[in-house]
Amino acid sequence: MLLGLTVLTGVVYPLLVLGFGQTLLAERANGSPIEREGLVVAHEPIGQGFVSPEYFHSRPSACERPYDGMKSSASQLGASSEALAAQVKARVEALGDEGGAVPVDLVTASGSGLDPHVSPAGALWQVERVARTRGLAAERVRELVLQHVEGRTLGILGAPRVHVVRLNLALDELR
Amino acid sequence: MSWQSLTEVALLVVLLLLLAPPLGRHLARVYAGEPGRIGRWLVPVERALLRGAGVDATRSMGWREYALAMLALQAVGIVALLALQLAQAWLPLNARGLPAVPWHVALNTAVSFVTNTNWQSYSGEVLLGHLVQLLGLTVQNFVSAATGMAVLAALLRALEPEPREGLGNFWVDLVRGVVHVLLPLSLVLAVALLSQGVVQTLASSMSNAWIDPALAGTVQESALGPVASQVAIKQLGTNGGGFFGVNSAHPFENPTPLSNFLELLAILLLPAAACFQLASSVRRPAHGRALLAAMFALFLPLALFAMRVESGSSPAFGGAPVDAQASELQSGGNMEGKETRLGPGESALWAAATTATSSGSVNAMHDSFLPLGGLVPMFLMQLGEVAFGGVGSGLYGMVLFALVAVFLAGLMVGRTPEYLGKKLGAFEMQMTSVAILLPSVAVLIGTALVVATQAGRSSLQEHGAHGFSEALYAFSSAGNNNGSAFGGFDGARPLADVLLALAMLVGRYGVALPVLALAGSLAKKRAVPPSPGTLPDGGVSFVVLLVGVIVLVGALNFVPALALGPVAEQMGSSVHGR
Repeated sequence: MLLGLTVLTGVVYPLLVLGFGQTLLAERANGSPIEREGLVVAHEPIGQGFVSPEYFHSRPSACERPYDGMKSSASQLGASSEALAAQVKARVEALGDEGGAVPVDLVTASGSGLDPHVSPAGALWQVERVARTRGLAAERVRELVLQHVEGRTLGILGAPRVHVVRLNLALDELR
Repeated sequence: MSWQSLTEVALLVVLLLLLAPPLGRHLARVYAGEPGRIGRWLVPVERALLRGAGVDATRSMGWREYALAMLALQAVGIVALLALQLAQAWLPLNARGLPAVPWHVALNTAVSFVTNTNWQSYSGEVLLGHLVQLLGLTVQNFVSAATGMAVLAALLRALEPEPREGLGNFWVDLVRGVVHVLLPLSLVLAVALLSQGVVQTLASSMSNAWIDPALAGTVQESALGPVASQVAIKQLGTNGGGFFGVNSAHPFENPTPLSNFLELLAILLLPAAACFQLASSVRRPAHGRALLAAMFALFLPLALFAMRVESGSSPAFGGAPVDAQASELQSGGNMEGKETRLGPGESALWAAATTATSSGSVNAMHDSFLPLGGLVPMFLMQLGEVAFGGVGSGLYGMVLFALVAVFLAGLMVGRTPEYLGKKLGAFEMQMTSVAILLPSVAVLIGTALVVATQAGRSSLQEHGAHGFSEALYAFSSAGNNNGSAFGGFDGARPLADVLLALAMLVGRYGVALPVLALAGSLAKKRAVPPSPGTLPDGGVSFVVLLVGVIVLVGALNFVPALALGPVAEQMGSSVHGR
C-alpha cells in the first residue's frame, strides 16, 4: 500500500506539477531570473546584499554569509535578548545619521535572510546617501523610489514595499 | 493594527464559511463511498491502489483491526523514511552529493512526518536531497494527513444513530482521503503557487552574479527543487514541514502576499470543513455549526491579540532611534524575523492559524516574537490542537472535549450523559480522559527533562525565562503534533531529537488509539431519541460550555508553565525597561 501511495503522491503528483510548471510557467518554475545585458544578475523572489554606499541596501540578513540562497536562516533572537539589542544598536550606528529615526526594517533581520524588499520608508531613508555618493539630484532618486513602490495586493494583502534589486538596477540606468 | 489587517481577517473568515460547507459535504460523501460526478473519474485510481495492495474493500474492521492496520502502515512509514535518509548518499537525485542524515535527526524527522507533526530538526536545503523530499517527505505529508482523516471517518461512523459492528476499512478510508480530497486540492494549490513564483524543478541550485561590484568575484547561489508540490500538501494536510529551513518565510515557498493568503486559507480549510463533514454524516447540522463556532471563538480573539502585540515596538530596540510606527510608507512593528512583503499583521495571523491547526508551518520566526506575541501560538498548541486542529485529528480532538462538556453538564443535572443520543459510560469517559491528558503529560515531562539536564539545556539558545519558553514551545509543539518551533532551540542534538520524537508518538497515538477504542464502543450503541432533559448539542449555551471546558483544561495544565516562560519574560522586560 505504501509503495502504491509513494508512486502516486511521491512520483506522479510532483511530476504533474513539474510538467505543468515547466511548460506553462517555465520562467517562474525556474526561479524567475532577471537579466542585464544577457547576464543573469538576480532571481526575482530572492534578495541580494549591497554593501557600497551608492546602492540601496537590503535588510540585514542572518545567514552566515548574507543572502546565501543555499542556507536560509533567521537570527531566532528573542525580544529580550541582549544580543539582539546590541545588533540593532550597531546597525543603527553603521547606517549613520541621515536625519530622523531609522525605519525598523533596516535594522532587523528578516525571517528568511533572503528578503528581497525593504519598506518604502526604508528606501526613502537611504535616498540622501545614494544621491550624494552618485552625484545625482536627490529629487530624481526619490522619484525613482516612488516609481518602485508596490502597494498591498487588492488593497489589503501584504505590506507596501520596494524591490531592492529592481530599484538598484533602475538606479544603474540613471545617468 | 491596520484596517487592512482586520479586513484580511474578515476576508479569511468569509472565504472559510463559503468553502468549508461544500467541502465538508464532499468529505462525508467520499467516506460513504459516493465520490460524486467529478470524483467518479478518480475511482479507477482508488481501485488500482486497493487491488495492488490486495485489500478486500468490502470488509469492515472492528476498532482493534482498524487501529492495527493504521499502526502497521505507520511503522513501515517510519522505517522507510528513516532508511531513505540514512541511505541518501547512495541514492539518485542527489546532485549536491549530500551525505547520510545524522541518525538522530533522521529518526526525529521520520517520526515527525509520519505523525503529521513535521517538526523541522532538519534544514531542508542543507540536509536533504530531492529523492528524500519527494519519496519521503511529500509522501508522508499525504499519508499522515489521510490517516488523521481516516480515524475521523471511523469515529463519525460510530456516531451514526444505528448500532453497527465495524468502523469501516482503514485501507479504503486512507486511499479515499488521498485520491478524492488531498490530491485534487494539492494540484490546484500547487498550480496557483507556481503562478506566484514558487519554484518546481529537479535542478538543485542556480546562481547569478551579484549586482554590487564590491561583491564581484563570488556569485550568489540559491537552492532549488520540487518546492510547489511539497508546499501545497504541507499547507493543506496541516503538515507544515518546509522544503527550506525557514519554511514559508522563504521567498521560494511563499513569494507574494497572494501566495501567503492562499497558503493561510489552505491551513484552515480542511479542519474547518471537518465540522460540516460531521454535520452531514451524522445529520446534526446544528452540532457541526456549534463546533465550528467554538473553534472560531478560540482562534479569533487570540489571533487578533497576537496581531496587535506584534504591530508594536520591541524592547530590543531599546533607546536606539528606531521608527516602528505603522504608516503609509511602512508596516512597522516588531520586524525581527519577519518578511517585508508580509509585515507584522500577516505574520501574527499566520502564527495563530498555524498553531490553532496542527500545521506548524511558519512565515515568520516565532522565537523573535514579543513575549506575549509568542505566548499566543504556544497556548493555542497547548489547548490540544482542537481549534481548528489537524486534518481529521482536529475534529476528533474536538469531539473528545464535547464528550467532557456533556459529561460535566450531565453531572450538574444528575443525568446519564449522552452524546448525539448515545449514552456515555465509564469506558468512554476513561478513553476521553486518557486522550486529553496524555499529550499534556508528554509536554510537561519533556520540558522538565530538558530544563533539568545539562544535555537538555545545551539545546537552549537563551538563558532565563526565554530559554524556558524555547523548551516549553518545543514540547508543546511535538506533544500536540504541531511542528512549529522557537527556532533558537537547537533540536538537532541526540537527547532533544529522541525526547521530541517520543513526545510526537505520544501526541499522535496517545489520542488516535483511545479515539478508536471509543469509536468501537460507541458504534455498538443505539442512539436514544432526545427527551426534554437532553442537553441541546447546538446553540449558544453548548458553545459556551464547550469553549469553557477547553480553556479550563488548557489553563489548568499550562498556566504555571506559561507563568515561568513568556509571562515572566514580559514582566522582566517591563521591570528592566527593556
